[in-house]
Amino acid sequence: MASTENPAEPLHRALGLTDVEFADIKTVLGRDPNPLELALFGVMWSEHCSYKSSRIHLKRLPTEGPTVLVGPGENAGVVDAGDGIAVAIRIESHNHPSAIEPHQGAATGVGGILRDIFTMGARPLAVMDPLFFGEPNDARQRWLVDGVVSGISNYGNSVGVPTVGGELTFDRCYQTNPLVNVLCVGALPVERLVLGQASGTGNLAVLLGSSTGRDGIGGVSVLASAGFDGADGAASLDDAKRPSVQVGDPYEEKRLIEACLALLDDGLVIGIQDLGGAGLACATSETAARGRVGMDVDVTAIPRREPGMEPWEVMTSESQERMLAIVTPESLPKVEELCARWEVNATVIGKVTEPEKDANGEPIGQLRIRNGFDGEILADVPAAALADEAPLYERPLAEPKNRTAMLADDPTNDAEGLDANDVILSLVTDPAMVYRQYDHQLFLNTVIGPGADAALLRLAGPGLPVSSKGMALSTDSNPRWCALDPRRGTAATVAEGMANVACTGASAVAVVNCLNFGNPEHPEVMWQLSEAVDGMSEACLALGLPVIGGNVSLYNESAGVDIDPTPVIGTLALLEELVARPPSLGWSEGESVVLLGAREASGTIPFSLAGTQVAVDVMGRRCGTLFDIDYATHAATCALISSLVGEHASGKDGLLGSVHDVGGGGLGVALAEMAIAGNVGASLSGVHGVKELFCEHPGRFVVTTNDVAALQTRANEAGVALSVLGTVGGTVLSIESLVETKVSALSERSRSALSDALDAASR
Amino acid sequence: MATTIGVVVFPGTNCEHDAVAAVEQLGASARLVFHAEDKLGDLDGLILPGGFAHGDYLRPGAIARFSPIMDAVSAFAAQGGPVVGICNGFQVLCEAHLLPGALQKNRGLTFLCQPSRLKVTSTNSALTNAATLGEELTIPINHFSGSYTCDVDTLRELQNEDRIVLRYVENPNGSLDDIAAISNEQGNVVGLMPHPERAVSALLGSADGVVLMESLLRAASVSRV
Repeated sequence: MASTENPAEPLHRALGLTDVEFADIKTVLGRDPNPLELALFGVMWSEHCSYKSSRIHLKRLPTEGPTVLVGPGENAGVVDAGDGIAVAIRIESHNHPSAIEPHQGAATGVGGILRDIFTMGARPLAVMDPLFFGEPNDARQRWLVDGVVSGISNYGNSVGVPTVGGELTFDRCYQTNPLVNVLCVGALPVERLVLGQASGTGNLAVLLGSSTGRDGIGGVSVLASAGFDGADGAASLDDAKRPSVQVGDPYEEKRLIEACLALLDDGLVIGIQDLGGAGLACATSETAARGRVGMDVDVTAIPRREPGMEPWEVMTSESQERMLAIVTPESLPKVEELCARWEVNATVIGKVTEPEKDANGEPIGQLRIRNGFDGEILADVPAAALADEAPLYERPLAEPKNRTAMLADDPTNDAEGLDANDVILSLVTDPAMVYRQYDHQLFLNTVIGPGADAALLRLAGPGLPVSSKGMALSTDSNPRWCALDPRRGTAATVAEGMANVACTGASAVAVVNCLNFGNPEHPEVMWQLSEAVDGMSEACLALGLPVIGGNVSLYNESAGVDIDPTPVIGTLALLEELVARPPSLGWSEGESVVLLGAREASGTIPFSLAGTQVAVDVMGRRCGTLFDIDYATHAATCALISSLVGEHASGKDGLLGSVHDVGGGGLGVALAEMAIAGNVGASLSGVHGVKELFCEHPGRFVVTTNDVAALQTRANEAGVALSVLGTVGGTVLSIESLVETKVSALSERSRSALSDALDAASR
Repeated sequence: MATTIGVVVFPGTNCEHDAVAAVEQLGASARLVFHAEDKLGDLDGLILPGGFAHGDYLRPGAIARFSPIMDAVSAFAAQGGPVVGICNGFQVLCEAHLLPGALQKNRGLTFLCQPSRLKVTSTNSALTNAATLGEELTIPINHFSGSYTCDVDTLRELQNEDRIVLRYVENPNGSLDDIAAISNEQGNVVGLMPHPERAVSALLGSADGVVLMESLLRAASVSRV
């Protein structure tokens, strides 16, 4: 079946199941599974589908909040945004497919997440892409960057959903295992919310969209739930896994979106479920399990791309652009007519049947695969056993052995000799060459697009009630922090996301997360995951942010070396009134430059450079102790910034000329970026040496104003520290005796940094 | 009755809602016209909006020109009705031979979504009758295949007949003679690669597209009378 290269290998192992899991399956069924049933368990009990290593930890995340309509476990998290509008958000990874076939891997990552959003009844309105590659001066990385970016551009632009931001990180730990995460947000009239479940005996399961081919078979198990065996470098990557990568067709997806939203508008479907990882096996078992009904699937009814496909191939194929709708027999003709208008295939492939009863007489879902509707039963399994009852592993945890020494080795004092001019010039990077390949404007919502602290969109779209609210989005990660201290690093990443959205005037309301980690069979990786969950939990509780969805990507490793822990946090924020453009990061001649927020990091080492860009990327020092966050101060500072910027957005006269979060590269890079954006320099002082210039403690903001006194009053009221650093003007960015660099040199370097780094690979 | 603009929707079109929103913001009404229809009904002007009609398969616009609605679009244009093709709509109009020339891949072989500065080089068109000659406008582009090309004789005709409607100030895509928009001989059919419907409010960064959308509405109200 799945792998015939080694005839001696038992089938369940070839399908990615362990011997213990095979025994569990026999217990569940009370008999030996047949090969088709085993194939269903193989994909559904994969790490990717079942979260069997991570579920035990994810339970510790806070998931509830006053505006949360749908939390984790559904296709997307949903919050009530007010004005009759609900916002759906989800983040996913498509790491391993992108490592093997970057263009299709990234493209189908976008396609998959869009389906998760419109499955909820929401129109997808924006996408963001956090991307992580190895060192750019390498031909393979260039191939990966080009492929991933063109895949997102080609699919996202064509399917008609704007890509409004993301992140681009280069680090050697991603050299053979890049990370491609995709976040999607959509909106819907609040009363149209639909959940993916089947109900009503006699109702029909209708497969919408593409026919089913042999692409992507075993994508979740063979590909996503195992590491790459290959030793170092490109040649040894697992080329044999390439057929497990799916192939995307954005045109099919665009018609599928329009057809599905029209079906929901017209009230023609009872439940709807996307087909992603594990294909029909997943969609049919999840809808049956959630609805506690039987589901009979006629495997011969499923339209196929090629002859000779076996039932197990049909059921586990991950062919893209397919949806499963549950409809009544009476509405079937209308469903078929509407789908024909959008040239979308609609085929009845299954029927909802009477549920089985458990020992207590309660209904339980049952999935039956048949050869013809009244034909032979090819597979007969409890749906919940596939969908919800995968094994739960409490894998061993172990703190990395070298950790104490690593934490004690503080890089901060070694930075004294650095030339701050050189450091800033080496860190300023404008990623425009990437984001200008993405349509970031469709739907006339994008007020602030890629390249800023966060994206800011009008909360509007076809079919939505009229609202003057705004919605801000940020994706944040910091593997440099998390490599030193996954708990504090993840907590700080949550804080950083909250700070970024504050710069648009919005207030954070919820987060989603994508946990990219190494091999869960390594105790150090499980320790990192557990610590990261605890850090996220701590920060989210302290800052009042529910976690409404997530994705876990494990086995990100090459030749036995795990990636640095890379939790990505997606932050959703809302803005009460968005009628005017808020200030951006470009400052103007004559304004006063003000630093808002703590001047001293609250950890044991003030102004620590541990985990900063300057320590890791410039000094090559991956060590030191990370700071703790003072959540009360952080929340107060973010609230002040949201309020100051929000006044501008609501059309009032505000106090600010510009605003920027102090993030990667610290205060030095933040000031340089403001000078570049405003195309004017500044004369600044009062910065405490290179330590403060490059420390990355979140919760600090640079703003400019023409009314320092009024700003001081507001800061005093909010209990936020304020320091005046100087005045905007001239052609040079001057910071005490530390920095003296022409703005034109900064601009030129920023513009060319990325293409220079990538071009170096082709020379 | 208000001026009514039809916005043609092919499968794969994605800027139709934005075009409708821009038309309605300026006080006119708009109606979506599906590609499978063969009659336009009572309309005063047409927009062929941006997107990827029929997936841009084969070539952008190459399949859309055979959609049933295109005969009605051609007849409407022949009667002097104003027709504006934006981005993918421009590509469809070229493939349908309602405008000369073709749009090929950008010089840099990447998709480009960025602001573009344009100069109004003719006001004798349904897209620019309300604009001022020489006026500079900042309007976003959003395309992979936006590099206009045509043969030497056609270029001379376009130049001599005042049919080059907008030119790029800084050519982003390698277009011949910096062409961003052209019209037919009568000036009622115009194609442009930039997206004026994305530049109708300061909130979104530019309102410079308003004068172009107003030109279309003006041409539409004239053709109605």
